[in-house]
Amino acid sequence: MKHLLSVDDLSVDDIHQLFETAADMHDVQRREVKKLPALRGRTVVNMFFEDSTRTRSSFEIAGKWLSADVINVSAKGSSTSKGESLRDTVLTVCAMGVDGLVIRHPASGAALQVSQWVDAAVVNAGDGMHEHPTQALLDAYTLQRRLGSLEGRHVAIIGDLTHSRVFRSNVQCLTKLGAQVTVVAPPTLMPSGIGAWSAAAGFETSYDVDEVLPKADAVMMLRVQRERMSGAYFPSPREYTVGYGLTRDRLALLGPDVPICHPGPMNRGLEIAADAADATQSVVLEQVSSGLAIRMAVLYHLLAGEEA
Amino acid sequence: MSFVITGASLLGERTADLYVDDAGMLQPVDSAPAGAERIDADGLVALPGLVDLHTHLREPGREDAETILTGSRAAALGGYTAVLAMANTTPVTDTAEAATRVWELGREAGLVHVQPVGAVTRGLAGEELAELGLMHRSRARVTVFSDDGKCVHDPRVMRRALEYVKAFGGVVSQHSQDPALAGPTACCHEGEISGRLGLPGWPGIAEEVIVARDVLLARHTGSRVHVAHVSTAGSVEVLRWAKAQGIDVTAEVTPHHLLLTTDLLTGYDPTYKVNPPLRPQEDVEALRAALADGTIDAVATDHAPHARHDKEHAFVDAAFGMLGLETALAVVRTAMPDLSWADVARVMSTTPARIAGLADQGRPLEPGSPAHVVLVDPDARATVDRDASVSLSRNNPWHGRELTSRVVHTVYAGRLTVRDGALVG
Repeated sequence: MKHLLSVDDLSVDDIHQLFETAADMHDVQRREVKKLPALRGRTVVNMFFEDSTRTRSSFEIAGKWLSADVINVSAKGSSTSKGESLRDTVLTVCAMGVDGLVIRHPASGAALQVSQWVDAAVVNAGDGMHEHPTQALLDAYTLQRRLGSLEGRHVAIIGDLTHSRVFRSNVQCLTKLGAQVTVVAPPTLMPSGIGAWSAAAGFETSYDVDEVLPKADAVMMLRVQRERMSGAYFPSPREYTVGYGLTRDRLALLGPDVPICHPGPMNRGLEIAADAADATQSVVLEQVSSGLAIRMAVLYHLLAGEEA
Repeated sequence: MSFVITGASLLGERTADLYVDDAGMLQPVDSAPAGAERIDADGLVALPGLVDLHTHLREPGREDAETILTGSRAAALGGYTAVLAMANTTPVTDTAEAATRVWELGREAGLVHVQPVGAVTRGLAGEELAELGLMHRSRARVTVFSDDGKCVHDPRVMRRALEYVKAFGGVVSQHSQDPALAGPTACCHEGEISGRLGLPGWPGIAEEVIVARDVLLARHTGSRVHVAHVSTAGSVEVLRWAKAQGIDVTAEVTPHHLLLTTDLLTGYDPTYKVNPPLRPQEDVEALRAALADGTIDAVATDHAPHARHDKEHAFVDAAFGMLGLETALAVVRTAMPDLSWADVARVMSTTPARIAGLADQGRPLEPGSPAHVVLVDPDARATVDRDASVSLSRNNPWHGRELTSRVVHTVYAGRLTVRDGALVG
């Protein structure tokens, strides 16, 4: 594995191997001294062309606990607005001697393009609406710890699918691991052509949350971006909540052991009620610690063991 | 110089010699002087010089991407003897002075007739009409007007433009893209692939609603409209209906929309980013059928050179467009091997010349016609090498592809501009 750009690049064995490493890394988090020497002398640059607190911090801590030198570059608006090409921007950074480039970009496909220009190992930390592979890995890892194997288990993904890289990575990751996935959204937030896509990829689609929830072994709620709420995709936040939110009433449709995931940040009261977010079956905070373990595992597999 | 082209198959139909006289006219072969140079065209097909309704030459403003001279070279190598240079330069071609300058630079280059297209609206802003009449009265005799790159989306502005150009036989060439249905970030045909890739969708309907509106406006105003780069089966349906109603509409299709499909975008390579976007195979099939049956009148390249750094952005941020002049004929031949050479001449020369009002272009290969001729090796197969291009730009989607047929000689106004596949002079 040279880069991590898409869940599509990973075999089932790759995923299980990452999970095994992540389990070891998870143990490290419980130690008093949380530092492994694995990436000593390696340099990891977090290059974020889009604001992100949690993903950037997660990669930063993951790199530091592996003893890499981690540098954060906030590149928001730095390329196109100054007239510099993306290629020039990343080549400039990589010319400083970078081993790993963790990239977040508002444009779909940016991480893949960058991987074709640089020698460093590239980790896609979210490219536009396209993919967020470490999020999918940490979600599946979290669910697997709760449910055991995902084989044959039913996972519902609910929310703004059109604009969601979390959905696009998760649907691939979960189906690879044998889960049955149903995605739920209003028609205006379903990606175009999802009928053909779901038929080919083997997942289900639905407009009806209440019909899907009772069958679910796990639920993943997706964030609704503020800028989508102005009436262009659905009439009002209130109507969205009634139709597609994980409300207190809907919480009752779930079994008590059905994990509830959310990639954060949550809009409490919109896509997820406080009662659901704070329920004992909510794994939202566990996702954060899993995220660290997964990102440590990813950096370890990409960067350890090569000649420095 | 005068010369005789020997042994060419005219339109692939009958073999004859062509005598090009000192004045740049075709004349009866028996009137050729005894010592006239002979150019052996045995096995080659002769067509009237190609006419491109839709070229971006980037001058003035982006001479790092293309100039009128380098674009003229690319055109000559592609077998063209006339190109229409789109108005979206910097500054925009929206005055008689700007149009005349483009026309003069084309004359100085001297390789093809460079016919400026005038903007429909001032600064391509879509609000006030540009000085359409003054551009027409200029030495450049501008007859085709287009805001290409942008759609004249305000129906009132479009209506007035169509009405106004009637006075001098002008035509509006429309870039059909409803900006509300396909905004500035729209860059991938809306469908399963855009859904999977997470790229902003450019639905076919955004083109079709404008084509439908414009043919109705053309009927209402009794004017003539030309639809640039038709890309969908739905637009073809509307055009077929409009022509059956007797509406005065013409349409063009690009070579790339006849061969390339949406699935090329899965690698996010901005080389394949073009506006309108590459469409699925069903649309490609409909476009080919429409070109063959005359619903679509012409092939136009939409040659759109871009400096390397303008394509080295993330896909949604990269510039739209691809090169086309040097490869157009071979792409059409490759995409539609059953199209007769007479039909190739119709869609790439005769009809575009008529649409653009270029009276001395696209003429039959017979005595009395100006000598604009292209000689093609019909069966040659060659792999495109982007670094072999004479364009200043390298955004070439055909790189590495094998295409059928090759331009061997081009004659513009009685002068060989291309000989044995190489520029002359």
